[in-house]
Amino acid sequence: MHPILLLVLQRLGLGVLLLLAASALIFGLTEILPGDAAQAVLGQSATPESLANLREEMGLNRPALTRYVEWLGGIVTGDMGNALTNKLPIADQIARRMSATLFLAFWAALISVPLAILLGLIAVRYQNRWPDKAISGITLASISLPEFMISYILIFLFAVQLPWAPSFVSINDSMSLLQKLHAISLPVAVLTLVVLAHMMRMTRAAILNVMQSAYVETAELKGLSTFAVIYRHAFPNAVAPIVNVVMINMAYLVVGVVVVEVVFAYPGMGQYLVDAVVKRDVPVVLACGVIFAAVYIILNIVADVVSILANPRLRHPK
Amino acid sequence: MSQPLVDIRNLKIGATVYPPGENPKKIEIVHGVSFTLEKGKVLGLIGESGAGKSTIGLATLGYGRGGVELTGGEVHVNGRDILAMSDRDLRKLRGPEVTYVAQSAAASFNPAKQIMEQVTEAAIKHKLCSKSEAEARAVELFRKLGLPNPETFGSRYPHQVSGGQLQRAMTALALCPQPDLVVFDEPTTALDVTTQIDVLKAIKDAIRDTGVAALYITHDLAVVAQVSDEIMVLRHGNMVEHGTTDQIINHPREEYTQALVSVRSIEHEEKAPTPEPVLKVEQITARYKGLNFDVLKDVNVELHPGQTLAVVGESGSGKSTLARVITGLLPPREGKINFAGRSLSSDFKGRTREDLRELQMIYQMADVAMNPRQTVGTIIGRPLEFYFGLKGAEKQKRIVELLDEIEMGEKFIDRYPAELSGGQKQRVCIARALAAKPKMIICDEVTSALDPLVADGILKLLLELQKIEDVAYLFITHDLATVRAIADSIAVMYQGEVVRYGPKSQVLAPPFDDYTDLLLSSVPEMKLGWLEDVIAHRKMESAGN
Repeated sequence: MHPILLLVLQRLGLGVLLLLAASALIFGLTEILPGDAAQAVLGQSATPESLANLREEMGLNRPALTRYVEWLGGIVTGDMGNALTNKLPIADQIARRMSATLFLAFWAALISVPLAILLGLIAVRYQNRWPDKAISGITLASISLPEFMISYILIFLFAVQLPWAPSFVSINDSMSLLQKLHAISLPVAVLTLVVLAHMMRMTRAAILNVMQSAYVETAELKGLSTFAVIYRHAFPNAVAPIVNVVMINMAYLVVGVVVVEVVFAYPGMGQYLVDAVVKRDVPVVLACGVIFAAVYIILNIVADVVSILANPRLRHPK
Repeated sequence: MSQPLVDIRNLKIGATVYPPGENPKKIEIVHGVSFTLEKGKVLGLIGESGAGKSTIGLATLGYGRGGVELTGGEVHVNGRDILAMSDRDLRKLRGPEVTYVAQSAAASFNPAKQIMEQVTEAAIKHKLCSKSEAEARAVELFRKLGLPNPETFGSRYPHQVSGGQLQRAMTALALCPQPDLVVFDEPTTALDVTTQIDVLKAIKDAIRDTGVAALYITHDLAVVAQVSDEIMVLRHGNMVEHGTTDQIINHPREEYTQALVSVRSIEHEEKAPTPEPVLKVEQITARYKGLNFDVLKDVNVELHPGQTLAVVGESGSGKSTLARVITGLLPPREGKINFAGRSLSSDFKGRTREDLRELQMIYQMADVAMNPRQTVGTIIGRPLEFYFGLKGAEKQKRIVELLDEIEMGEKFIDRYPAELSGGQKQRVCIARALAAKPKMIICDEVTSALDPLVADGILKLLLELQKIEDVAYLFITHDLATVRAIADSIAVMYQGEVVRYGPKSQVLAPPFDDYTDLLLSSVPEMKLGWLEDVIAHRKMESAGN
């Protein structure tokens, strides 16, 4: 078997194990929280008798392990149970919310990743000169401001002062792609600003690290222009660390956008999770937790696999 | 007379240095060097590290490494002063007119790109020819340089070919844009001697066939004597002597050049084996985790008190692995080690403090073997404290004694490693090993990273200390000249096996086995035409067989 295939399969296997562990952890944590689903449904004023009855009815009296296995089986087969609050199937809700979140994350990633890498390359090209300092300064400022702050600043500028974009984001299937993009322009801008600095700085650091190599000198002594040296010779050898940071930021775009979704009242996963937590809707919290864990693990596996593929020693064994 | 290809007049080069604890300052490292080079000629630049030879070589490309700046004088290439050129014009010079072959081809090839792409890049980017023409040229160069399967060689990645092959590919890379001048910067220094000889021949033939001019930079006079028409000896950024190769090798005028020519003047009388060896390695077989072959196969050697056993071999022969087994870093699969009359635990964790004290080690890279944040005194004082519990004035006194023994003296006690020269660093490492009063020291390529004259000093010191302290050395090296200088007995290793073992006089006297013969005959000799003689001799032999 090709060694790469073996490594990739290993990573996938590890990912599955990790996901299992994460699901157990999430389930366990909701178990040790005071109160349970029955308590949540009936509220604080419930009598012990009615609580016991409901627990019996919901199967909450059975051992935790049994319920965990049942719950896990449900998730694997796509049945996440029903929400406590509105009795609707969680899976349908999540499918809708997730596609909204992914839509937002996709466009934010599509803009921020190439932009971050390009800015990183430019920063290396003009290292310690004004373009480098300007890029570092601006991206650092944008990462230092809290997301809600950036959101409100952008809303104030581009929704209130200049009526260019909506501050209240809602999208539906009847909208054209352009209309949708117009609708999400502000949250996408906020997310881009938030994730840009991290990726750009990693690109800069990783390439600068490689710029010390003898083969970069060889390229310079071939008479290549500085930019050609950077993107043809340095960048391919700096891919692995960059991809890792890119993936962490992509995961953040899916999992960590709660604040931005709340500010723009965007109907994504973050909103959904916050609602569920407020309403103590344990099954929904569980489902969201597992899905967020899965997103993290999958994106990290992708980062691992790309790092492996970026290594010519593994790609082309002796 | 026609205009010379390179005309360097009174070249001065400066650098910014960062002494620890002080402000950065500018120093001059080359103080006005002048020479000319005609088309198609080879000039050898020779000197120790810090002589400025690489810096001068790179100056012909208008390039300064790190904080190096060309501060004065003129560098004319093809009639134009390149110090006055813009960056854009310099880029047009690099590749089409002047190219560079670096010391370590392994580091100088981009690991992420195929060799062909890198070899042809300069010719294509400068629009000297089309891609297919460049590739045809590269294949032709691969063939000329004796690379295997020249048609497909270029499709491989750097890690897929050997070090010697990569060094030849680097030469192809430099010749592909058909420059007027190639700067060879220690192109064979990182190679084994048996590989070096082939690469040297390939480079020499390529220079002759393409009619390119070359600056050949090296610290090895015997090597440069084989390829150059003229030699310039440099020291501390000044020219010492400049003449034809014949004159420099056979009639050196300056004292410094004479020292270089006659380096390795150590006289060492071989000692007879004693009845009780201090180290007895018996039937050692070892392999690294994850490998499916043995790196050491049934190795048996003995080392007698106060004597030196030289373990010689090329890279990959298993000589450093032997050191790892003896020190207990790599427990062997089979065999045992007897040390000072007792059996040693195969794992260093199972050894007593006394075992550890009596067996010390000195490494090749002295600067990474010391904590850069500790002073010389702390570094040497540590084993005194650890093994003998010395403290305060007593410890201080012993540190000074040791510093005197390594001929450095008390003034170095508060210095940091970064403030020392390469030779001084290695001396501190020797003092640290001696501080433990060991019965035996393993010296792993301790002089390989040093200049010949400095290395000579270290070897003399080691022999002197051996007399005083009666310590035995297991001396690992690939350098046969060093072996001749200091060994009492020799073990020649090849692919994990000891192929020849015995007292020095016996091992270095014919009849030889094939490998030892190859190894000995590959060591460059300070004599004109040596390379051709060896190659002709080998051809004759293989034709006779």
